[in-house]
Amino acid sequence: MNTLNILLMGFISIVIINNMVFTKFLGICPYLGVSGRIDMAFGMGMAVTFVVTLSGTLTWLIDHLILMGTPLEVTRYVCFILVIAGAVQLVEMYLRKFFPTLYESFGIFLPLITTNCAILGLCLFINLWGIENLLEAVVLSFGAGIGFCLAICIMAGIRENLNLADVPDCLKGAPITLITAGLLTLAFMGFAGMIK
Amino acid sequence: MSNEQQAAVSLYKQTLIAGLWRENPVFRLLLGMCPTLAVTAAVKPALTMGLSVIFVLFCSNIVVSLMRNFLKPHLRILMFTLTIAAFVTIADLFLRAFVPRMSETLGPYVPLIIVNCIIICRAEACASKNTLTVSIIDALAMGAGFTLALCVLSAVREILSTGAIWEIPILPAAFVPWAAMRMPVGAFITLGLMLGLVNAATKKRKTK
Repeated sequence: MNTLNILLMGFISIVIINNMVFTKFLGICPYLGVSGRIDMAFGMGMAVTFVVTLSGTLTWLIDHLILMGTPLEVTRYVCFILVIAGAVQLVEMYLRKFFPTLYESFGIFLPLITTNCAILGLCLFINLWGIENLLEAVVLSFGAGIGFCLAICIMAGIRENLNLADVPDCLKGAPITLITAGLLTLAFMGFAGMIK
Repeated sequence: MSNEQQAAVSLYKQTLIAGLWRENPVFRLLLGMCPTLAVTAAVKPALTMGLSVIFVLFCSNIVVSLMRNFLKPHLRILMFTLTIAAFVTIADLFLRAFVPRMSETLGPYVPLIIVNCIIICRAEACASKNTLTVSIIDALAMGAGFTLALCVLSAVREILSTGAIWEIPILPAAFVPWAAMRMPVGAFITLGLMLGLVNAATKKRKTK
């Protein structure tokens, strides 16, 4: 298989089959918190995509160029979290300067991207899967962001309609969202086995 | 006992109850969802996860509480995260050395404790404002509440997915295991229903 093919397969696999939200349970907090309206969900998804691509690439570089094979490997988690915090700060400054309305509507959720498990999770998974190629790491990070965006947008669409549905009192809010997410996971399981 | 001491004891008691039930991190605050869903396919990994979280929470609350007077407001989240990352590294190395197989099962979810919202939330909401004793009690109570929730959830999933608990079979052999409970679907739906149950229980108590 040539390189392009491998990259394409990796991309599709991480967007649909190994979707971060549905199969790895990463990024559940913003998934439950922000996914009330489609436009906000999309903005959040885009912000996460940007941060995850940036930090996935940077952590791969740091890991391979500096840490691997040295005793410094112990400080891997500390380095990863610092890179992510820096990347989030960058996005925050950019949004505040160029898209003030979007910045306002994110509110507390923007700094919280730092503690979004999807981002640190992806950096750790790239390390765990032993990705040896920079290009592959970039594509996987970007794919993970798109996958998160896809999941959160689907959920926001469902939740906009869920507001009109007659849900039992005790299941309103988070419980019904979790059950919906469960059913979505079931749907996404249909893609498993599409790529070996 | 003087009045002051009594007030202190009642504060400790309140913190304890808040962590275990009234503000249970999983059932009431909805924090730390990703390990809750990811490691609860069986009781053993869930318990290991719970204990690691107790350890990290305990240590980070102590450190944060001790340095709370030196922190600059805009740098505090960063300091919290770095403290937590250091303790998580310790926990991860410990697990890898002493229970390597469990460490393999938990995989990246141990380092992911760094971004577990419970720990940052407790550092921010409790340890950075309270004395050392209160922070320690809060850490233990919240950690125990989290572990409890994890164990309940994982017990339900393990029984339904394998008919066993702690790998000891308890259901008759005729029981057909629900494979779905081991998969992500089972995690989401069990937690959703359980949150619904907790909501219903608290509502009933309020109307009484």
